[in-house]
Amino acid sequence: MASLPAVPELAISLRGVVKHFGEIVAVDGLDLDVPEGTCVGLLGPNGAGKSTTMKMLTAQVLPSAGEIEVLGYKLPDDSKIARAEMGVVPQLDNLDTTLTVEQNLRVFTHLYRIDRPDRAAAIDRALKIANLTDRRKAKVDELSGGMRRRLLIARGLVHQPRLLLLDEPTVGLDPQVRQELWALIDALRSEGTSILMSTHYIEEAQRLADSVTIMSHGKAVAMGPPAKLVMDHAGHEVLEVYGPPARLVEVEAQAVGAGVRTRRTGTSVALMGIEGHNGDLPDGVRRAANLEDVFVLLTGEEVA
Amino acid sequence: MPARGRKRVGRLDRPAIAGVLVREMTNFSSYWRSTTFSSTVEPTIYLLAFGFGFGSLVSQVGGYDYVDFVGTGTVATAVLFASVFPSMFGTFVKYSFQHTYDAILAAPVDTEEIVTAEALWISIRAGTYGCVPMLVAIVFGLEPRIGMLAVPLIAFIAGFGWASFGIMIAGLLKSIDNFNYVTSTVITPTFLTAGTFFPLSGLPEWAQVLGNFNPLYHTVELVRHAAFGWDPGADLLHLGALVLFALVLWRLAIVALERKLIT
Repeated sequence: MASLPAVPELAISLRGVVKHFGEIVAVDGLDLDVPEGTCVGLLGPNGAGKSTTMKMLTAQVLPSAGEIEVLGYKLPDDSKIARAEMGVVPQLDNLDTTLTVEQNLRVFTHLYRIDRPDRAAAIDRALKIANLTDRRKAKVDELSGGMRRRLLIARGLVHQPRLLLLDEPTVGLDPQVRQELWALIDALRSEGTSILMSTHYIEEAQRLADSVTIMSHGKAVAMGPPAKLVMDHAGHEVLEVYGPPARLVEVEAQAVGAGVRTRRTGTSVALMGIEGHNGDLPDGVRRAANLEDVFVLLTGEEVA
Repeated sequence: MPARGRKRVGRLDRPAIAGVLVREMTNFSSYWRSTTFSSTVEPTIYLLAFGFGFGSLVSQVGGYDYVDFVGTGTVATAVLFASVFPSMFGTFVKYSFQHTYDAILAAPVDTEEIVTAEALWISIRAGTYGCVPMLVAIVFGLEPRIGMLAVPLIAFIAGFGWASFGIMIAGLLKSIDNFNYVTSTVITPTFLTAGTFFPLSGLPEWAQVLGNFNPLYHTVELVRHAAFGWDPGADLLHLGALVLFALVLWRLAIVALERKLIT
């Protein structure tokens, strides 16, 4: 092709990205794509390298090797231009707590270089998206955990970014609040904002992400649409067998002997992809395979 | 419309510096009372305690009334206190506890602009608070002179250097407890050997030579000359030393904070 497309097809592209912190390898040859207009979930246990990856996208962490492109800009050299066009919702709450909701947003209309005549409208719009319009004069100190998280999202959206980075957006929130935020994120995606969301909540990734990349020890161990990952790695159906520990060990040994993949769930052994299995199976509870099965299978870790 | 498509982003970008300044000023609206109180009352207490306490024993120093001598000298103390402590503690708290810089660095702002804006803001404050002891001294009889109009500028330059020093320290040290070492080994000696309360000419020669390396000494000299009459040759050297101090510490602060923020 002679000419470059005006709009890059990939909002984010990582190729062979490595990050060392001294002896520790936090990210180890990661490839990751976020196609424009999609939501990609970055799923992995604690310490898998998700947060390091997120910080590399804003050039707060510089890669030891590999190539990173965000919105068509090469990082770290053009990171500042890229940052002007993307929004970031951090895992840690870093709002100015003695300021009001509106003041927090106003500061970021300046940091994101919104022209003076457009600032008030940008604040109103962000407040509306985050459903905080009636709390605009409230100090951050007075807000609930869920409202603070919504304000963080509003702050990341105040300049109408083309790309949103969400780092563990619902960590530590109760289920109702989590669902509220899911609705908010889903609405953004349906409006065409590209989203990269790191999470260790399986359900979050399964519900929101068009595609999921599972990370373990700094590497991508699987990627694809959630349903396809489940099909490829855990099949359709799973049999959960309960029993005392000795029985579970026995069931595991039998299953492995019969070529069935298993994983421990703490209180049971899950036998995966049993739909086509003709041999004898122990008694247990049948259920549909899910992303958690894939996650544990590939990362070797129990879900938080 | 938002900044989309606007490609002019370089180093020391004006909108980035303005953005960080707006954040500081907005926050200042919620804590200005306490800061203004401590930054002005403390040097005033020094002025009154030394000026009248010590002044009852010594009426004249270096040809000046002792109250006038101390009143001009404590301008430098006020600048030091109003710049080095807010920058040391403020930077560390924003970095370590509030994670403010993570939020700012996610926007199109670089560490260089953060340091520059923070140092500017603190030095504007120090330039203002620094004048308080002189104004108090005027109330107690110091004669106002036109040269005193230069004092806010002198205080601003000195404040920029000390604010940068504080940011550098916050960038270098791992724990806020270690700030005590800096206070004891750098700040206290600096403030006691700047010629604020007694002239350096009474000290042994080696101490007088060392005094030339104390930025606060140059501040004290410039302020006194602004208040009592300029000495052009010497004052250019004092000003040069102060500007050099501010510039060098500014760059060092950027390096130190960048090492902490960008890994």
